[in-house]
Amino acid sequence: MSARINQWKNFSKGILKENPALVLMLGMCPTLAVTSSAVNGLGMGLATTFVLVLSNMLISAIKTQVPDKVRIPCFIVVIAAFVTVVDLLIKGFLPALGESLGVFIPLIVVNCIVLGRAEAFASKNGVFSSFLDGLGMGLGFTLALTVLGIIREALGAGSFFGSKFIEGDGIIVFILAPGAFIALGFLVALVRRLSGK
Amino acid sequence: MEYIILIISAILVNNIVFAQTLGICPFLGVSSKISSSVGMGAAVVFVITLATLVTFLLNQYVLVPLELGFLQTIVYILVIAALVQMVEIILKKVSPSLYSALGIFLPLITTNCAVLGVALLVIQKNFNLLQSVVYGFSTAVGFGLALVIMAGIREQLELASVPRGMKGSPITLVTAGILALAFMGFANLV
Repeated sequence: MSARINQWKNFSKGILKENPALVLMLGMCPTLAVTSSAVNGLGMGLATTFVLVLSNMLISAIKTQVPDKVRIPCFIVVIAAFVTVVDLLIKGFLPALGESLGVFIPLIVVNCIVLGRAEAFASKNGVFSSFLDGLGMGLGFTLALTVLGIIREALGAGSFFGSKFIEGDGIIVFILAPGAFIALGFLVALVRRLSGK
Repeated sequence: MEYIILIISAILVNNIVFAQTLGICPFLGVSSKISSSVGMGAAVVFVITLATLVTFLLNQYVLVPLELGFLQTIVYILVIAALVQMVEIILKKVSPSLYSALGIFLPLITTNCAVLGVALLVIQKNFNLLQSVVYGFSTAVGFGLALVIMAGIREQLELASVPRGMKGSPITLVTAGILALAFMGFANLV
């Protein structure tokens, strides 16, 4: 029973309590750069989740084979390989999304969340726990990106997942870089307030 | 003239932090003191310029002729990691004072997405070798500039009374947002 509770914790901690983007403040570059619309945020979140789950599982599986001294370069190669897979898949099947995410898909390699989980969790835990950890962290990241995307799209373009609910333009600055910083700042403050810190 | 426009546009108009939102982790992490932000800025200028040069040559003369374009991401990140390590070793030997001044910032640069970002962007923009190196150098200068300005503001911010919920990272992000608004004023410069 307690083992099952632990597994549930491995999964659920990433979604709210240790949300990578809103609480741990990791992976800020994609969080700010691609959330100009809800769809982009969701797409980026899911791409990162895919890489996170697979790299966590593979790293956990090979952790006893990898010499301690060269583990970081090994982890980076594993992550870069999965990122290349995602990059090619998105370019092949979702060219429009690939166009709008652009250089930020290959940049998942340097997203600190992925390497951070590999080093802090997958290199110490079993394959199934690492799978749950990667999935929870990935979904927490996706949630944060989608919420931020919804807020910015609603304020900046007056639409929700692409369907407009006001006439004309919104506050355009919110779909540009300054709006990203300001919206994220207030979202982090809100999350802190709600979690009672 | 072309290069002057390229430099001004990379430093001010398309500032890597405020307009392209790359390299945010070190930007938020190391911008609390002016002295450390100058060190970080200098290290980043050095690594980005070198990394852009090496990855550009590698792409032009190895990956493209062998049709290995799909390996770009893996090769680039390995080159950057090796380069950072090499810079660290050389600096330790040649200039121990600079090495100890940069300290922990050197290994952190590997995961600075501005480095990989610039290396990938110059390929996307179809720059030639000289343009790439100039672009890499001036982008890195823009990163250093953003870091130093932000550090100056944050040193003052410590004395201000900030609402409890906004303390720490939220107020830093909002400040960065207002700075980014100011940088939008450069939009019509070029």
